[in-house]
Amino acid sequence: MSTLTDLFSRQGKTKIGPLEYHRRLWLRITVALTLIFLYMPILTLVAFSFNDSKRNIVWRGFTFKYYEKAMNNSELIEAFVNSLTIAFVSTIVSVILGALTAYVLWRFRFPFRAAYEGAMALPVVIPEICMGVALMVFFLRTGFNTGGWVWPFNLSAITIAHIAFSFPFAAIVIRARLESFNTELSESAKDLGATEFQVFKDIIVPHMKPGLIAGALLAFTLSLDDFVITFFTSGPNTLTFPVKIYSMVRFSVTPEVNAASTILIVITVLITALALRLQNRNNMLQAG
Amino acid sequence: MDNWRKSPAAFWASFIPPTLWLLAFFLAPLSLIWAFSFGVKTGITDIDITWTFQQYARALEPLYLGIFAKSLWMAGVTTLICLIVAFPVAIAIVFAPPKARMWLLLLVILPFWTNLLIRTYALIAVLRTRGHVNFTLEWVWENTNGFLTFIGLGSFNLIGERFEPLALLYNNTAVVVGLVYVALPFMVLPLYAALDRLDRSLIEASLDLGAGHIRTFWSVVVPLALPGIASGIVITFIPTLGSYLTPDLLGGTDSQMIANVIERQFKSANDWPFGAALSFLLMYATFFGLALRALLTKREGMGDRT
Repeated sequence: MSTLTDLFSRQGKTKIGPLEYHRRLWLRITVALTLIFLYMPILTLVAFSFNDSKRNIVWRGFTFKYYEKAMNNSELIEAFVNSLTIAFVSTIVSVILGALTAYVLWRFRFPFRAAYEGAMALPVVIPEICMGVALMVFFLRTGFNTGGWVWPFNLSAITIAHIAFSFPFAAIVIRARLESFNTELSESAKDLGATEFQVFKDIIVPHMKPGLIAGALLAFTLSLDDFVITFFTSGPNTLTFPVKIYSMVRFSVTPEVNAASTILIVITVLITALALRLQNRNNMLQAG
Repeated sequence: MDNWRKSPAAFWASFIPPTLWLLAFFLAPLSLIWAFSFGVKTGITDIDITWTFQQYARALEPLYLGIFAKSLWMAGVTTLICLIVAFPVAIAIVFAPPKARMWLLLLVILPFWTNLLIRTYALIAVLRTRGHVNFTLEWVWENTNGFLTFIGLGSFNLIGERFEPLALLYNNTAVVVGLVYVALPFMVLPLYAALDRLDRSLIEASLDLGAGHIRTFWSVVVPLALPGIASGIVITFIPTLGSYLTPDLLGGTDSQMIANVIERQFKSANDWPFGAALSFLLMYATFFGLALRALLTKREGMGDRT
């Protein structure tokens, strides 16, 4: 962290070199203002979730009261549990499908391979709203109305939609990992009599593992972060966290929403930190 | 890479599951609304696919053309602001010491990982009439007023009779602020990548040969970073153009963008064929942008191989 404070403190000791742009005052001010712009809203949101005041502007002392209130809001808890369930199932399926996609594209040459690769990238690039309305119409038209099913199957439609946009992302991450695989390993295993499945299970999957973990964390955050597609694929009777927050936000700004949002922010930040940590370790392992 | 015929069992086992998923839950839904976009509504839920271009023609009516123009304009302004803000930030990150560089990059990316809805909500709390910005302004106003009264100018009402909170929310400016807030990391990252690849000795040479920093920036840095700039513009512009939540929550009645109109066709207005046509127009715009980006980065790829 000390390097960061160095960056923002004025260093009068030495003359600023021609290429030391980061030490120029106006650039520092721009960076500082940008970071304030990016973080001020989120930080005030977090800070005011602990504020003992309904009006939510003036600081009136520290309290956990709104966390308690959020915890006792059964709809909010239900929505939260639903969203975590969706994210969990979506992550598992997305990683499996993503790994298979990555493997096919990495290992095989087949007709229309480029077109196939392009189609797999589509869910990553098309506007969320288009995918959202398409899935909504599709589920309504095919009569795939899961909203009335028993929990957790009432979440099927949303989970299917989440998998559809998450697994191509996971595939990209896993494929990047596969690029570093040494094919001599699988060839010698085959020479020594291993079957295709044994090679996959005992050699390729262990090599993929960091990619699988990174892909899983990505799929999990994507699912937890999504609003638009969930909004369109959730029926009137299915409560999910973003949709619940959306209806609360439309209504008013309350400390309770702040508290609920803070919990979600903390979860996402923890997962991101974990992902970065794992990635760093891998990079170091590769470099060392 | 192996030919798939060499081990067909392994190929099919890994090919079929993701392909089926993509076909059933992505391509089929898209094809369905693609077909609907050539249909007409004949009842509350009945759609007759007559392969007419009627819906696309309707999208060209002045009302919808206006919304398209407005969306393009808002996305354009957002992209421009992002470019102006992100360029100095990217420069500062590239030239920072390695450790600080990592932290700064992380700080720029991190908000991108928090839920979009929550970030938008956080902005509402800051911008609303009784929000933090107006609260701060009121405090400044009261103190200035107190000071003016103190020095005997209070009766002139120099700064107005009472504090008027600024209407910062539910207008186009709020939407642009929200869009910039969301899209900024999209612009910083490609600019950073482009500037990081740039050969610093070229900047040094330019400075040594007597060009100033501004001249060096325009004649050396910008031309060399052009593919990165183009890439940043495209990947900022595309998601911004299709954004739904920001105009919905921060905008007023006249801040509707295409996505909001599409949503209305599928929900309250219940006109699926027209909504389908609008979504496909939005998608074609997206593909056009992506093709442009591919073209520009391909040219870069031929220049230097990293």
